[in-house]
Amino acid sequence: MARLNVSPMRMVMTELKGRLTVAVRGHKLLKDKQDELMRQFIELIKHNLELRKEVETELASAFRNFMLASAVMSPEMLEQAVSYPHAELFVKIKEVNRMSVRVPQMEFVRRIPGEVEDDKTDEGQATERTDLPYGFMQTSADLDYAIEKLDAAMERLLELAQIEKTCQLLADDIESTRRRVNALEYRTIPDLEETIKYIRMKLEENERATITRLMKVKEMIAPQE
Amino acid sequence: MDRVAVIGDRASVLAFRAMGVDVFTPTDSDAARNNVDRAAREGYGVIFLTETVAAMIPETVARYRSQLKPAVILIPDHQGSMGIGMNDIYKNVEKAVGTNIFK
Repeated sequence: MARLNVSPMRMVMTELKGRLTVAVRGHKLLKDKQDELMRQFIELIKHNLELRKEVETELASAFRNFMLASAVMSPEMLEQAVSYPHAELFVKIKEVNRMSVRVPQMEFVRRIPGEVEDDKTDEGQATERTDLPYGFMQTSADLDYAIEKLDAAMERLLELAQIEKTCQLLADDIESTRRRVNALEYRTIPDLEETIKYIRMKLEENERATITRLMKVKEMIAPQE
Repeated sequence: MDRVAVIGDRASVLAFRAMGVDVFTPTDSDAARNNVDRAAREGYGVIFLTETVAAMIPETVARYRSQLKPAVILIPDHQGSMGIGMNDIYKNVEKAVGTNIFK
């Protein structure tokens, strides 16, 4: 470990001791933070994995239906069928502080055009409303399945978005926290300790040198008297 | 309140339009990059991106990783999952834990 480049004086030592106390306390706090972050992360990421698997299968099957529909329908008809949705979908994102990491909390809001905007009643009506936004005359049944499956997957898709983003942010923060913990543990604290020890030794050595010098001088003065 | 965007190839994501979200269907990587960047600029909260498109523009996707908004989330397309989204989760684990404990 490298000793810090400071002059061996009492004042410097006092200052370094102060820094050491702060470093040790900071290390303890950061270590605790890292442990808790890790615990939350593992919990979340397990959920994330499961959710992604489920959502991927759901979406893949919805897309397959949609592919079939697009194979039998004319592209224009298909586009027309899906282009006039009942409701517009928005997402409300709230910032939540999770172990001092800012993570999003998301919530779907459906707004039905032409109705008075009121979040609560909007959502209530929207969930009850399951009819499709097109007529059955010109469309394939596969399209109905595709839309139905997508509709069912939407909520979980948003949950996935929220959890995955949270996991990304947490992972970044865990990484930087770990670096800080390690820097303190293996660099800052040992360096400070070593420097303090060096200064203490130096001061003690000086003290001993002074004493021996005084004794020597006394010895030299004594016979003259 | 933020809007939701879905970006991917026409054959897969057009159905999302019926859900009331905005759908973009870029045909090449430049258009895809433009779509993602513009969506992020215009305040979309969540951008769902198919893995096929994401594979074309990895650096653009990476740019939004550390930001709270927008959340760029990969979804499979009609060919099924390519495993990029899963791989991203594993990468997160590796980053946080140091090694992938789920393999």
